[in-house]
Amino acid sequence: MSNHIVPVRVYLLVFGALMVLTTVTVVVAYFDFGVLNNVIMLGIAAVKATLVVLYFMHVRYGTQLIPIVVGSSVLWLLILLAFTLADYFTRGWMGAGSSWL
Amino acid sequence: MSHGPTHEALQHQFHSLDQQRESSTLGMWLFLVNEVMFFGGLFAAYIVYRSARPEAFVAGSHSLDIGLGLVNTVILIGSSLTMALAVHAAQTGRRRQLLGFLGATGALGTAFLVVKGFEYAHKWHDHLVPGPGFSFPGPLGGEVEMFFALYFAMTGMHALHMIVGIGLLAWVFAGAWKGRFGPQYFTPVENFGLYWHFVDIVWIFLFPLLYLIGRH
Repeated sequence: MSNHIVPVRVYLLVFGALMVLTTVTVVVAYFDFGVLNNVIMLGIAAVKATLVVLYFMHVRYGTQLIPIVVGSSVLWLLILLAFTLADYFTRGWMGAGSSWL
Repeated sequence: MSHGPTHEALQHQFHSLDQQRESSTLGMWLFLVNEVMFFGGLFAAYIVYRSARPEAFVAGSHSLDIGLGLVNTVILIGSSLTMALAVHAAQTGRRRQLLGFLGATGALGTAFLVVKGFEYAHKWHDHLVPGPGFSFPGPLGGEVEMFFALYFAMTGMHALHMIVGIGLLAWVFAGAWKGRFGPQYFTPVENFGLYWHFVDIVWIFLFPLLYLIGRH
């Protein structure tokens, strides 16, 4: 991490944004958007996580190596989820019963 | 080798404090990648079971206290702010501020665990802890038990990370008390901050996934 000092103002703005997004996600939960509820919920959580990673965790200000490591962790997480779900969600396709759990 | 005044914290295998800090931070991030995969397994289990029994997850989620979940979210994000400000205080060489913000982070973290403790006690009282004592009215009982198994596994692992974090925080606080950290050397503060923010991010995902399903 470089010696870059993030101004306090930036930390306060990020905190404010996180509070606003938390409020939005709770309010949205009380409305029925069907499948979109999950998309909005996870989208907001992803934006909040990105704000924390970029500013609180200084990834925006560090060496280029750190974003690569962070990006690769997201990639491997997606591989973990994709292959697990590809297994469970396709069980029963081959006629061995319709239910997988 | 290195030019300029050497610092007592500089280890002999590094050229400079900058290089040492970058190496430490990279190592910390690699540890956090492992943590992402660890919690990733729990999230995968959550997705699989919720997809199988969506109505049971809605019923289970409805018995969680959304107010307490929200209060804890605000507390934890607040503790991330005080932690970020603690790193700032270390970077600018303000020892009293550093101690104050570290103390605030520890107090907020403890408050989070106390609220969580009340929630757990309430679940115990309502027979919602998976096991022989579990009971949930209605035909979905056994399937709601799976929701609570995941609820306790995920929030429990998260709480365990908080407890470890508060222990580490005490160690960083002791170092700050002795005046070990300043603009030249603040790696333990920075890396502990990374860990603390990571635990915050896990909660950012846990809160909507556990508390906010099918509230409409």
